[in-house]
Amino acid sequence: MSDLPNVSHTPGKPAPWNDPKIRALVFQALLIGVVVTFGLYLINNTLHNMEQRGISTGFGFLDNTAGFGVTQSLIEYDETYTYGRTFFVGLLNTLLVAVLGIISATLLGFVMGVARLSRNWLIARIATVYIEIFRNIPLLLQIFFWYFAVGLNLPRPKQSFALGETIFLNNRGLFIPRPITEDGFGLVIGAFVVAIIAVIVIARWAHRRQDATGQPFHTVWVSLALLVGLPGLAFLAAGAPLTWEMPELRGFNFRGGLSVLPELFSLTLALAVYTGTFIAETVRAGIQSVSHGQTEAARALGLREAPMLQLIIIPQAMRVIIPPLTSQYLNVVKNSSLAAAIGYPDLVAVFAGTTLNQTGPAVEIIAMTMAVYLTFSLSISLLMNWYNAKMMLRER
Amino acid sequence: MKKRLLVSALPALALSVALGTAQAGETLDAVKGKGFVQCGVSTGLPGFSVADDKGNWAGLDVDVCRAVAAAIFGDASKVKYSPLNAKERFTALQSSEIDMLSRNTTWTLTRDSNLGLNFAGVNYYDGQGFMVSKNLGVKSALELDGASVCIQAGTTTELNLADYFRANSMKYEPITYDSSDETVKGFEAGRCDVLTSDQSQLYALRIKLSKPGSAIVLPEVISKEPLGPVVRQGDDEWFNIVRWSLFAMINAEELGVSSANVDKMKSSKDPGIRRLLGLEGIKGQGLKLSDDWAYNIVKQVGNYSEAFERNVGQGSRLKISRGLNALWNNGGIQYAPPIR
Amino acid sequence: MSTFERGPDLPPPVTQVGVIGWLRRNLFSSWLYSFLTLLALYLVWIVVPPVINWALLDASWSGTAREDCTSDGACWVFVSVRFNQFMYGFYPEAQQWRVNIIYGTLFLLMTPLFLKAFPWKTALGGFIIFVYPFIAYGLLDGAWFGLEVVETTRWGGLSLTLILAGVGCVAALPLGIILALGRRATDMPAAKSLCVIFIEFWRGVPLITVLFMSSVMLPLFLPEGVQFDKLMRALIGITLFQSAYMAEVIRGGLQAIPKGQYEAADALGLGYWKKTGLIVLPQAMKIVIPGIVNTFIALIKDTTLVLIIGLFELLGMIQNALNDPNWLGYATEGYAFTALTFWIICFSLSRYSMRIERKLHTGH
Repeated sequence: MSDLPNVSHTPGKPAPWNDPKIRALVFQALLIGVVVTFGLYLINNTLHNMEQRGISTGFGFLDNTAGFGVTQSLIEYDETYTYGRTFFVGLLNTLLVAVLGIISATLLGFVMGVARLSRNWLIARIATVYIEIFRNIPLLLQIFFWYFAVGLNLPRPKQSFALGETIFLNNRGLFIPRPITEDGFGLVIGAFVVAIIAVIVIARWAHRRQDATGQPFHTVWVSLALLVGLPGLAFLAAGAPLTWEMPELRGFNFRGGLSVLPELFSLTLALAVYTGTFIAETVRAGIQSVSHGQTEAARALGLREAPMLQLIIIPQAMRVIIPPLTSQYLNVVKNSSLAAAIGYPDLVAVFAGTTLNQTGPAVEIIAMTMAVYLTFSLSISLLMNWYNAKMMLRER
Repeated sequence: MKKRLLVSALPALALSVALGTAQAGETLDAVKGKGFVQCGVSTGLPGFSVADDKGNWAGLDVDVCRAVAAAIFGDASKVKYSPLNAKERFTALQSSEIDMLSRNTTWTLTRDSNLGLNFAGVNYYDGQGFMVSKNLGVKSALELDGASVCIQAGTTTELNLADYFRANSMKYEPITYDSSDETVKGFEAGRCDVLTSDQSQLYALRIKLSKPGSAIVLPEVISKEPLGPVVRQGDDEWFNIVRWSLFAMINAEELGVSSANVDKMKSSKDPGIRRLLGLEGIKGQGLKLSDDWAYNIVKQVGNYSEAFERNVGQGSRLKISRGLNALWNNGGIQYAPPIR
Repeated sequence: MSTFERGPDLPPPVTQVGVIGWLRRNLFSSWLYSFLTLLALYLVWIVVPPVINWALLDASWSGTAREDCTSDGACWVFVSVRFNQFMYGFYPEAQQWRVNIIYGTLFLLMTPLFLKAFPWKTALGGFIIFVYPFIAYGLLDGAWFGLEVVETTRWGGLSLTLILAGVGCVAALPLGIILALGRRATDMPAAKSLCVIFIEFWRGVPLITVLFMSSVMLPLFLPEGVQFDKLMRALIGITLFQSAYMAEVIRGGLQAIPKGQYEAADALGLGYWKKTGLIVLPQAMKIVIPGIVNTFIALIKDTTLVLIIGLFELLGMIQNALNDPNWLGYATEGYAFTALTFWIICFSLSRYSMRIERKLHTGH
């Protein structure tokens, strides 16, 4: 062996153009160069074009008086407020329809997902038909349908469907009594807050005790009693400080009370029905992903149906359900921008629509609008990632 | 172009200043180069710009586009139309997607100054009005307190409406749709009690109802709405061509020249007519057009009166009377500077 | 001693087999289920018969004008009168053979892809994806072949829907592959973050703002004199949007390739591009076909949004027809027809994707 020629056993350094590290660096530098140049080129074009065409730029327009009305606003707004304010009006309306859509789509989706696996043949069939029909029809078409073919075909205000002269439904919306609080209602709210804190404390205590001794505690019932009972008692003690403002037909429209616009109603319904199908499929996949052995093991341990679902099946299914559920929630937020098609005053309709048209700075307004949706998306993703990490299988 | 690419690594702001001078005449050159005028019109408003089921456009606004094409190419059909809704019309013009906008657009200070646009004239004097269902029994706009109002997004109408109700301390619920078709659908279905728009549009939209007779237009006119063709700022030559194409139509009416008699009029001794038809005087040279530019407009598109009657007047389903849009010597305010 | 003699098997109780048994097991196994079943039956009863009556039994099928719709049911005359427009938009009738040829040829070209024995699948697939779109464009537009030029503003209806979705998907594929590879390039952090930003940006914004941007703002970004027509701009927006979704699907496929494959390729001394092109991508692309079909379905449904920027695809054509004063009030028929058309396309595609999924599943 010793007569082998003297060869170095450490491989020689490759030539710089063959070194993967250097290659990667050079490639990335080139890429960044190209992207930056391209970006500057676009910015340059835009600025040049805008200057040449005399388009005013900047965000100064946000301080000018808007001078147009909006049907629905969650914050105080009338024509005398600024364009900047219309941004928040639209933003909150978008949030409202997104939250309502998410809640109702989740409810519908879970019910239908479970129903599709039902041992009842008819129920399972109905759920399947619902899912297969509504997931394969474009959302915009469904929105048109619920709005133009259903919402607007409700009776006119004078012929409203009425429920005991308190709740009215017509093609101007759904009108319900508005609760008006009087002095002393603060006591009820205070009691409710106290109840919530108590429930949290009890739940923690019960959890610790079960970990230590194995004795279960009826947390759910106690919590319910607290949450309903305490505020109820306070309500009575304060002398029922609540009156209702009834909607009534005056002139052209119902006045007073709370109203739900048909645009909001149709949009929420369409979002719920459409997204519900995807959530249902997600839920079904999640439940099916829990292996049968888990159910059998739970039965062998003597768990009854309810705790088996609560402790064994659902936590495992949720782990599979959460990630696709996240993207469905994101879709609801993004799809709520179709509101513009039926005149619901969301961010795209009010801010990227009317405000853009009355003032003109397209680049600024579209950038702000896109930034809002990006923020929504990123925060929902972050929230869900955090939850996901919490629910992750902890392998030891 | 190559130079711009190279230097774009420099701070972009400094650059745009260095390069950002408008060149007069570039729109005309571009239009001549591609061989047609790209004209922004509405997505469908009877009488002003509407496409039939073959995709051919007609209307008072469309006639302005055709007049410009006739002036430049001697062929009124060399127009391509971009149907735009109210929301996208200005961006489309600013971004050069279209060469001119003729889409019943109101001339206002903001639009003339802040948006980088220029209004080339007024082809229809209008004012905002209200349309209500007959069986509501409303006779005046002042009885509309608390009503739901259908409007089209992104119009001056939205602002006038707010002003009017505020000035008369009345309340209203604005239902803002994207297109005028949707406002009609909303109105017809009873989503709103009132449809508000420019009066001419109200008549146009009314014939889109399944029972046009069931709605009436209230007498109040709550605003001034001078509607006209729009071009980008910074290209005076193009601005002049659009402006004088419109003026040529109005002057032709005043001089009694129509598409029917324009050939006969060529032998007329009236110096005004001879100047209009490019037989004497400045002719087309100031506009960099051929001498018979106005002749082509009148021959192929007609004079203002013909366009009006054919599209919105007695020859149409709208049956709007001339009113403010009659010539100045005929009780109206349509008035064009002389061609000389 | 009597011996035990096994008697013949008794038949199962009548309540456990046959129709009754099936009913008991599947519909009435408990009080709750019985109640739910009855409730569901009632639901079906109030929904299905009226719909069938309206759509089929009481409907008017033939005629040419509104007056031909005399019955209480649906007026399908509306659809049949406008059917040509719903399919071809404003494409001139004399030239519609071009559209037919394009879709007919595409159909013929696609058929061999489903035959097991066909040997040149890759070549044919490549032809369909990379060459055919240009031929189709040339034929539709007409200028390259010396035919009458039909401008893109006259394209419309279902054929435009399929053009938008098809071109959007095909053009997004290469971009999506690059983005997916970039997102997995851990040794190039800058390239990776650029890809992540690009993907997350397009996935985070609604398509309608993308379309709005590409339709009215794109010309602002370009140097003067550079013009795209409206359809082209919409396609650019759709492609960028779709490429982000495509990238995520492909990334899933790349992740599913076992590490051993990478290591084996490295051991063979293959460089990055050979490893990716010969080993990883062919396997990954096979896995992601169902995923791609699913994003394609989503895209087909999303193309309806282009009506907001004024392109008349199928739903836009319907909306347009609904404004015809002669045919007011037939919204339900129009929407039902559109819904059915989209449903047939999307449903059959989703079945197809499920079939491939199952076929691939058995392979492992």
